[in-house]
Amino acid sequence: MLLIDEAALDDITLGSTVLGAGGGGDPYVGMLLARDAIRRFGPVPLVPLDEIADDANIVFIAGMGAPGVLIEKLPRAAEYERVLRELERFTGITFDYVCPAEAGGLNAVTPFATAAAAGVPVVDADGMGRAFPHLEMVTPTLYGGSATPMVMVDEHGNNMYLTTEANPWAESYARAAAVASGANTAMALYPMTGAQAKERLVRGALTVAAEIGRTIKQARVDHVSPVDAVLENQNGVLLFRGKVEQVERRNEGGWTIGTANLSGLDEDRGLSFVLHFQNENLVAERDGAIVATTPDLIMAMELDSGQPIPAEEIRYGYRVAVIGLPSDPHWRTPAGIDLSGPRRFGYDWDFVPVEGFRR
Amino acid sequence: MPLRIGIDVGGTNTDAVVLNGRHVVAATKATTTPDVTGGILRALTDVLPGIDVAEISSVFIGTTHFINAIAQARDLEPVAAVRLATPPQSLLPMIDWPERLLGVVGDHFYVVAGGAQFDGSLLNELDEDGLRGVAATIAAAGVRQVALSSVFSSVNPEPEIRAAEILREELPGARITRSALVGRVGLLERENATILNASLLGLAERVIDGLERVVESLGIRAPILLSQNDGTVMTLDRAREFPIFTIASGPTNSMRGAALLSGYDHGVVVDVGGTTSDIGMLQHGFPRESTVAMSLAGIRSNFRIPDVLSLALGGGTVIGDGGGRVGPESVGYRIAAEALVFGGGTMTFTDIAVAGGAAPIGDANGVAGLPNDLVTRALGVAGERLVAAIERAKLTSGDVPVIAVGGGAALLAAVPGLDGIIIPDHAGVANAVGAAFAEAGGEIDRVYKLSGRTRAEVLESAMAEARGLAIGAGADPSDVRIIDAEDIPLTHLPGGLAVHVRVKAVGPFLSPVAILEGI
Repeated sequence: MLLIDEAALDDITLGSTVLGAGGGGDPYVGMLLARDAIRRFGPVPLVPLDEIADDANIVFIAGMGAPGVLIEKLPRAAEYERVLRELERFTGITFDYVCPAEAGGLNAVTPFATAAAAGVPVVDADGMGRAFPHLEMVTPTLYGGSATPMVMVDEHGNNMYLTTEANPWAESYARAAAVASGANTAMALYPMTGAQAKERLVRGALTVAAEIGRTIKQARVDHVSPVDAVLENQNGVLLFRGKVEQVERRNEGGWTIGTANLSGLDEDRGLSFVLHFQNENLVAERDGAIVATTPDLIMAMELDSGQPIPAEEIRYGYRVAVIGLPSDPHWRTPAGIDLSGPRRFGYDWDFVPVEGFRR
Repeated sequence: MPLRIGIDVGGTNTDAVVLNGRHVVAATKATTTPDVTGGILRALTDVLPGIDVAEISSVFIGTTHFINAIAQARDLEPVAAVRLATPPQSLLPMIDWPERLLGVVGDHFYVVAGGAQFDGSLLNELDEDGLRGVAATIAAAGVRQVALSSVFSSVNPEPEIRAAEILREELPGARITRSALVGRVGLLERENATILNASLLGLAERVIDGLERVVESLGIRAPILLSQNDGTVMTLDRAREFPIFTIASGPTNSMRGAALLSGYDHGVVVDVGGTTSDIGMLQHGFPRESTVAMSLAGIRSNFRIPDVLSLALGGGTVIGDGGGRVGPESVGYRIAAEALVFGGGTMTFTDIAVAGGAAPIGDANGVAGLPNDLVTRALGVAGERLVAAIERAKLTSGDVPVIAVGGGAALLAAVPGLDGIIIPDHAGVANAVGAAFAEAGGEIDRVYKLSGRTRAEVLESAMAEARGLAIGAGADPSDVRIIDAEDIPLTHLPGGLAVHVRVKAVGPFLSPVAILEGI
């Protein structure tokens, strides 16, 4: 068991931006919320998935809204404290642990606000090992796990208690309610037992985030390339080094959809590269060939600083390294590809494992 | 022929130049005085002889005085921060500020029900009684500066405007800075800038009154304009309200000045000061702006500011270990007393550069006895660091021109590995030249409800509005360029309800007349 204090939270926050794979929302405000809770209630224990009892009760905590809204209408501790109590009231279950639904972006750290206040540990796992835009796109769905009973709360004092017939319904209802609230809500969802969690979740997702964060920071201190350090530390693949030449973004059904076109630098000089994104980076196309796809992680990082650059912020002139990290084995199954592969997002391409790329 | 005067007030030196078109007619350096105006008076007194003051069309001033005040936490006033949101808030104003500033600016935070949703509808009814109660508390605390922010005030400023009216009624002696006038989307960052602005207002009043007096005392009747972060300028009346817009003007002016003096629009600029060398990339005649949330003296902001890498190597950098150790200590402004070439007893980067063949500064006899191998070693260490930093600043791996400016620019001529480095005439006063060539600009940064329009239509109308603002500020209508345009849909919301648009238009001033009439 680890104790997550402010320093460890800081590492997780930076690493979660990489695991966001271009999406997941800027974790800065989530970090502030969690840090505030840690200052008030003390450090939060982080428990390895395999150390929890089979009959323990676990639940995902996550925010749902729009990242562009959360930087104005700031999340409050009150909602992250209330949401767990309301789910306990609704289900009659007392939860022993909370867990992030996604270790990528803002939702990697919001569960710490709940955990610190409720005095429960966080499980070192998540339901994605990255970020995805829909609440049914989590590994428990692959095993028949239900998103509901769930509770969603907002800062206006509204609570929504939801049971649905299938997880995509939970996404639709929750999304509509999140918009109605002004695009900033907190949810407790996917209640599950310890045994189910061990079968279904991505192990060690938060320690991976912390490790990536530490690696980037150490590389900066040592004046070595943070990109190279992350690649080495996480078994990643350097897909391209280039400069952003053109970004095309549009909005379809509430999602940021588009492409970023890059021209090569250094050993990739003369080559072109296209990053296809829908909130997250989903497909990487190098000189016309698909070299990486969702559910593997595709991330643009600023060449010098290693700062991860979200798809929402990538702009003309940025010099980036695009890296690929293999996704969790849960995702690399036929059911996993079906739920989160390129075709699920409307692309007419098959899944290409990132480690197959050779320069 | 109309003349422009450019003045740069740095922490150490105040530089002044007189320009006729691009031609430098006169240039000087004076020591900056704590009141700012003394240094300006001395510098102007130096450059004005032989100049007909009636020929002067405009006076451009760039100053790092306000950012220095923030960095050193001096001359700042306590501020009451009032936020319109849903109380209680967890992430309070000044949440991530360094202690030393909290101690000065204070911990007067108030949250009152109010604010807007992302679509502009009301988040909460404004709690007017609550706000009047807060005003009473502020009055009792004796705080005179108020920073007022409101959730989504960039979409719907009405709650903020109404709250400002109430605060003005209740606190007739107070000054109120409204966040929607200061910053872009991002409540914490906008609020930080608003609070800093409020804390600078008293200082701004004194400094700007002084600027006006000193310029007038020399018989100059031309308008005075102050450099902003983005290479454009504002009037002194506006600067009295918004001193925060000057805080990153230093690096912007030095890079603009480097472009004008060297004739290069693209390249790496190395600004060699007393303590550091600031290295940045010049693109299309403007500095490359930073891509990440920037910290201003430890405070997070979302201003676009030049992406500058600071290397601990300047004219005053102390050399030790027989030339093996270069810095990071510096004698800073005491160089004129402590460096060997000035008769002092400390070996500095200036000394080894002069010994190594750079244009003599002070008395070269002071370094005549330095062993050759020491000089070579120290210059080698400095060169390696500079070359590595220049490589990091470059956008492409090919050859790009490297331009040195700043008081210590001439020193780089002696540094190995920098062959072909351009040290333009008047490099030492590049900041003042850059200030004098500021442009007129207009910026839009707003969240738009689409309401039936397409995103392209919204962006097009924002671009037209930004162009209009730039022309209104004096820009030549035939030469207004959009230098930044992006529209980002607020994600995870069905239907593309709202889009965040940022557009910046700039252009050179049409004429001296336009400067007079436009602003």
